[in-house]
Amino acid sequence: MAELSSRPPGVSMDASAVAQIELDLLLEAIFRRHGHDFRSYARASVERRVAAFVASKGYARISDLTADVLHDEARFAELTQTLSITVTEMFRDPYVFAALREAVFPVLRSWPRCRVWHAGCATGEEVYSLAILLHEAGLYDRSTIYATDFNDAALGVARRGIYDAGRMRDYAQSYREAGGAKTLGDYYLANYGSVAMSGALKQNLTFASHNLALDGVFGEMHLIVCRNVLIYFDRELQDRVFSLFADSLVRGGYLCLGSKEDLQFSSAASRFELVDREARIYRRVADR
Amino acid sequence: MIAPADRCEAVAIGGSMGALQVLIELTERAPAALSLPIFVCLHLHASDRGRTAAHLALGSGMRLVEASDKEAVVPGTIYFAPAEYHLLVERSRTLALSSDEKVNFSRPSIDVLFESAALAYGSGLVALLLSGANADGARGLATVRRCGGTALVQDPSSAPAPMMPQAALDLRAVDRVLSVAAMSTLLERLHHDRSVSAALRGLGTACGAPAPLGGPTP
Repeated sequence: MAELSSRPPGVSMDASAVAQIELDLLLEAIFRRHGHDFRSYARASVERRVAAFVASKGYARISDLTADVLHDEARFAELTQTLSITVTEMFRDPYVFAALREAVFPVLRSWPRCRVWHAGCATGEEVYSLAILLHEAGLYDRSTIYATDFNDAALGVARRGIYDAGRMRDYAQSYREAGGAKTLGDYYLANYGSVAMSGALKQNLTFASHNLALDGVFGEMHLIVCRNVLIYFDRELQDRVFSLFADSLVRGGYLCLGSKEDLQFSSAASRFELVDREARIYRRVADR
Repeated sequence: MIAPADRCEAVAIGGSMGALQVLIELTERAPAALSLPIFVCLHLHASDRGRTAAHLALGSGMRLVEASDKEAVVPGTIYFAPAEYHLLVERSRTLALSSDEKVNFSRPSIDVLFESAALAYGSGLVALLLSGANADGARGLATVRRCGGTALVQDPSSAPAPMMPQAALDLRAVDRVLSVAAMSTLLERLHHDRSVSAALRGLGTACGAPAPLGGPTP
């Protein structure tokens, strides 16, 4: 920043440096006007999404979008959707679900209650995946699953539990690889190209709005699942979230991250021990 | 002295069908001491789980790893995009993974890698687009060229699947068409001298003027 401010007046700056200032100002405007903090998000992804949005809406430059973010609620809502999309699917990385079943479920069984927090659940496919496996392990009836996201539109999709039938063949394959005991078709009703997840799976699910960047502890959990959310955060925000997870877990509770996420370098690393490296499963240890 | 705009700082390689064989050859023949980072995006099956990178690492003289999120870029390393994640390079010269939607039906997408690396390295980037049966990478290559980098493609006539390099040529996104042998020569020369123009001297066929401006790949 010092380098930029010391630039002599009248010396030209290249277009990409100017675009960086515009992006900073846009994110600042979003935060100060609407309270959503994308300043701590991994920059290249945000930049890509903003550039795509600017092009698709016909803006000449980011600054023009910034004006609308300040004064046009509808346009801001569209932008938030673009910036907060997380893509998910059922039984993504089947080996992770198999590892949860084999390494974590036996311990969950030893507790009288089982509280699960699915943080950043997006449109909910993984929530239903986990609910199915808990059901097959005989753990569902004593479980409460809290599924949270800060994107209310995605949360609405998750709550309805209605998905495109075209994906089900792939999902059924992943379900089998995850060690599913029945057939995936037992858990939904198919109708006109859509499937509706079974009401029985929804009984113990609670969907709620929660923003990992701003909101607080979600207490006394036995298992927290948060996959492919933290890769979008910078290190500082990641540290905040890891501490939040540590504070939200009972001693001996489990944390399952995305396959490319790691708490090895986090300031909260000492509060966890590694259970399964490839499946990114960690366990909360006593604070020293 | 190399002019700053002519100095290579990083190499990005993208490919799909038919590109694995080329990558094996390039990574085996790349000088072990080549002190440039190389980013690779190869379309992989979702069930890959790091196996392709592990296999290539066995024969590579240079250090070859699957890219980790937020890892600082170290010269002399080949970073391989993992299956099911886009690989991006941040301007801070760290790596970022994302599980955003597929781009060109692909994740990882070559466009995503090339476009982010072009913004991070500008004229310091040399990008190579190899054999493939879709058009991923063509727009990314156009961005590389627009940001002052060097855009190269495998000669479609020698590519098992010519569509990918041909799509870049159709977009006028290419500086030069190279044979696989010429790509190896290029890496060898860059090991001794970082000047891109010197390294390219006498190699391949030069192409025409760049394409007009456009946004990122949707």
